[in-house]
Amino acid sequence: MDLAPGRCYVLIGENGAGKSTLLRVLAGLLRPSLGSVTVFGGLEPQQARARIGYMSHAPMLYDELTAEENLRYFARLYPGRECLAPGEVLRQVGLDPELGRVLGQYSQGMRQRTSLARVLLPVPELLLLDEPFSNMDVESARQMVELLSGFRQSNRTIVITTHQRDLAAPIADWVISLHAGRVATIDPGRASA
Amino acid sequence: MTRALWTHLVKDLRIEWRSREAINSMLFFALLVVVLFSLAFDPRGAFARDIAGGVLCVATMFASVSALNQAWAREIRHQVLDAQRMAPSPGAELFLAKVLANFLFVTIVQVLLAPVFLVMYNLNVVGQPWKLALVLPLGTWALVANGTFFAALSIRTRNRELLLPLILFPIFMPALLAMVVATGYIFTGESDPSLWIKMLAGYDIIFTTVCLLLFDVVLHAE
Repeated sequence: MDLAPGRCYVLIGENGAGKSTLLRVLAGLLRPSLGSVTVFGGLEPQQARARIGYMSHAPMLYDELTAEENLRYFARLYPGRECLAPGEVLRQVGLDPELGRVLGQYSQGMRQRTSLARVLLPVPELLLLDEPFSNMDVESARQMVELLSGFRQSNRTIVITTHQRDLAAPIADWVISLHAGRVATIDPGRASA
Repeated sequence: MTRALWTHLVKDLRIEWRSREAINSMLFFALLVVVLFSLAFDPRGAFARDIAGGVLCVATMFASVSALNQAWAREIRHQVLDAQRMAPSPGAELFLAKVLANFLFVTIVQVLLAPVFLVMYNLNVVGQPWKLALVLPLGTWALVANGTFFAALSIRTRNRELLLPLILFPIFMPALLAMVVATGYIFTGESDPSLWIKMLAGYDIIFTTVCLLLFDVVLHAE
C-alpha cells in the first residue's frame, strides 16, 4: 500500500480491525509485528516523526494549561521549524485564543479541536488523525473537514480513521477498509473523482 | 540552559503551581514520618542528634516517591508523552527538566520541614551546619535523578507505585548511606563528613550521566 502526497485516505473497519494500530505504526510510535513501513523515502523514525502530525483518541495535551499555553509549549519543542502562531491556529479550528480556561474545563469537542490545533501547529507533511470527528457536532465536524481540505490542497497527505465515513467523504481520495489487521478493500473516494 | 529544557521546566513548574499535587502530598507524608518517628523514639539530646540524619533522609526518600510517580503520570494521562515523542526535541532535555523540577519540589518540602524537624527533635547542631547546604542538595539530587529515571521506566506498568520504590531504593542505597552518615556527623560533630560529601558528588555525576545517556531508550520504549 503506497500513500501519495496531496491525497486523503480514510481508514474504516470494525473495532479491533487495527486502524489505530496502523496509525501508530505510521507515526513511528509502534514497531510493526509483521511487514515494514517506509516513511518519507526511508527516513529514520526520529527524523520522520518530526514531519508527522499525529492526533489520537486522547487529546495529548495538559489539563492544567490553557489551550494557548499548551500550543505555545509544543511549538517550542520544534526548534528551527516555523510553526504557526498558536492564536492563529486556534482561530482556524474555531476556538477563541483569549479563552482563559484551562483545558480540564473544556468540553470534549473543544479538546478535540485543540488537539487538532496542536497537530497542525508545526505544519506537518503527513497528518494522521484517529477518530477526529468523535465527540463533535455535525457543524464542527464540517468545519474540520473544510480545514483538512485546505491542508490536502497544499500537497500534504492525510490519513483518517473514522466510524463516521460520511463526514470524511468530501475529502476522501481513497477509502481503505481494514479487517482483522489486514487491508480488505481499497475503493476510490468521492474526492478522487 | 537550552530553550527546550527551559520550556519543559516552565511547563512543569506552572502545572505544579496550579495543581500543587506534588508538594502537598510530599509535605504531608514527610511531616507524618517526622512526627511518627519523634513519637516512637522520644528523641532527646545526643540520641536525637544520632537519629535525626536518618529520619530526615528517610522522610525525604519516602515522600518523594509520590511526587516522582506523579511527574510522569501527568505525561501518560491523555497520552501527552506520545506528543513529546513525536517532537524533535531531545528526550534528555525533557528528563533533565523533570529532574530539576522534582529537585525544586523536594527542596521546598525540606525547607518547610526544617523548622518542624528542629523543634520536634530539639536539635542543637554541634558540627558545621553550613555543610548541610552541601549534603542535602547532593543527596536530594541523587534521589530525584534516579527516581525520575526509574519512574519513567516503570510508568507504563500496572503496579508502578509499587515498582518504583522496589527499583529505586536499592540503587539509591549508597547515596542514602552517604547522606545519613554525613548528616549525622554534621549534627554530632564527631567526625569530618568531607569524604561522604565527595562520595555523594561522585554518585551524582555518574548516575546523572548514565540516566541522561539512557533516557531516550526509555522514552521510546514500546
